[in-house]
Amino acid sequence: MRVADQRADRVLAFPVRRQPADPVPSDEQHTLSRITDDVARPLSTRPGAGWLAAFAVAVAALLVGVGCVSYEIATGIGVWGLNRTVGWAFDITNFVFWVGIGHAGTLISAILLLFRQQWRTSINRSAEAMTIFAVICAALFPLIHMGRPWLAYYVFPYPNSRGPLWVNFRSPLLWDVFAINTYMTISLVFWYIGMIPDFATLRDRAAAGVKKTIYGLASLGWDGSHRTWSRYETLNTILAGLATPLVISVHSIVSMDFATSILPGWHTTLFPPYFVAGAVYSGFGMVTTLLILTRTLMRLERYITLRHLDAMAKVMLLTGSLVGFSYATEFYVAWLNGNAYERATFVMRATGPYASLFWTMVACNAVAPQLLWSSRVRRSVPALFAFSIAVNIGMWLERFIIIVTSLHRSYLPSSWVSYRPTAIEVGTLVGSFGLFFTCFLLFIRLLPMIAIWEVKAGSLAAAHGDAGDA
Amino acid sequence: MPSTYLVATFAESRALVEAVATVRAHGFKVYDVYSPCPIHGLDEAMGIRRSRLPYITLAAGVLALAATVWFEFYVAVWDWPLNVGGKPDNSTLAFVPIAFEMTVLAAGLATAKAFLLRSRLFPGAAPASLAPGVTDDRYAVALRWRPNAFDTGAARQLLMQSGATRIIQTAGDQ
Repeated sequence: MRVADQRADRVLAFPVRRQPADPVPSDEQHTLSRITDDVARPLSTRPGAGWLAAFAVAVAALLVGVGCVSYEIATGIGVWGLNRTVGWAFDITNFVFWVGIGHAGTLISAILLLFRQQWRTSINRSAEAMTIFAVICAALFPLIHMGRPWLAYYVFPYPNSRGPLWVNFRSPLLWDVFAINTYMTISLVFWYIGMIPDFATLRDRAAAGVKKTIYGLASLGWDGSHRTWSRYETLNTILAGLATPLVISVHSIVSMDFATSILPGWHTTLFPPYFVAGAVYSGFGMVTTLLILTRTLMRLERYITLRHLDAMAKVMLLTGSLVGFSYATEFYVAWLNGNAYERATFVMRATGPYASLFWTMVACNAVAPQLLWSSRVRRSVPALFAFSIAVNIGMWLERFIIIVTSLHRSYLPSSWVSYRPTAIEVGTLVGSFGLFFTCFLLFIRLLPMIAIWEVKAGSLAAAHGDAGDA
Repeated sequence: MPSTYLVATFAESRALVEAVATVRAHGFKVYDVYSPCPIHGLDEAMGIRRSRLPYITLAAGVLALAATVWFEFYVAVWDWPLNVGGKPDNSTLAFVPIAFEMTVLAAGLATAKAFLLRSRLFPGAAPASLAPGVTDDRYAVALRWRPNAFDTGAARQLLMQSGATRIIQTAGDQ
């Protein structure tokens, strides 16, 4: 109280200044209004040729997928190349691939928030969007794999007229249902809550009309009240704290779809951490691909800087090395445990009919990230772009290798078969990329793809030398 | 009846924090502060208590955890014990993943809902537009005017001295 009194006296001692007629904007105002303007302007302009071209390709791919999925649902999953031995292949590969892609978004928005990593602020919004679109793509595959997707609600435990015959809570496949749905819901809530202040900014910028009404509804009456901000920061920290163990649990559970079985090549306790590292690696690969495209298409080089790319490359170096280490561990353990079936599976992986895919995977996931020790590679946009594509390919192959090579040579030689995808399966994969990119391209045109308020908080903290987070 | 507010606009976040501390030191109550992003140090200046949202998170999480474990046990042991590969009916460890997911789901949704309710945020809510531009590039402090208990002159003077760029008296609808 005493200190406050002294401060009050000091202020009162100053001479009274006149109220300026037309206040000159301060440096801080320049910074803040520029951030608003840079992010909001692309939303009110006509899309450029680059965006239109990308959108046309994405929609075309989506239509291919719609055609293939419709055909599959109408005819049955016999249109896929699955057989009695290889009962999971492209579908579950795609499922695990897309779930993994989503993990980088949560990592950037939640884990880096908890670690107070300021650099995340200009990329977290688009990474979260990517999470949501990737989880949508992922959820598609178990759904269509059911063959009768209109009965998909059978996976939920609801009182039914069949007994009630409940779901089996011991099954990792059911754990997956809960994990994916929780992950999807919490990610959506986190994403939307994060956008409320930005919707308010857009509402206040927009001229009266449809846009203002929509932004007004979406902003829920946000008015920038600090009492709300204070609570809002608590909420964000809580959601981040919940999302962090959630994201780790989701891919751990996905890995248990395999690890709890007794199939050689799947039955290993290494799977949960190995899958989580792989998920983060593949997710960052996809974030890098998208952000390099976006900063070019939307001219946001000021916000998505080389520093961001460099930081993401370092995460990929770490997680890629963890993935490489896991590959080595798998082989070492297969040799060490003396199980002939386990050994045979791994020898088959490296030398069998899918060996070329295996070595491509090793090159993309274990060898290529070692290039990122060089800061020249980490800061070269073309090199990183090429690398991020390699990560996507490598991590897709990893899931394919794990699933198909373990299945196609199991205990009984009489059931040994080969697997080849049909055109319908390839078309469905293409379609999932189409769905993902269509959603993402619409997102960067319709929603604030950079968190305006977080970048502002970051720029204030930087200007005042605070260590505080966004 | 609409209240009257004295709203001072600021261009610098530091001046804003100083101003809030100053007017409070002189016995004025700060109605609210408006800013385009959270401002470091404003919680202390405004004397805002720590949010109680974490208690909601904890309560919802504990409830969901208990409810899910109970439900899994009810389904797998009491209602229809099903022999799946000879595993025990009460496979407690296998019930953990879903119990965890439901805990996180309920805790997250409840906290978000509590935040929206407490902050009166809902589709169609009218923002308190006491000062234009606070969602873009400026800050504002609002003091609620009270008859007989509010020295407008002193408040204006304090705010001007703290670096306000503009002070207006306005009627709000809250």
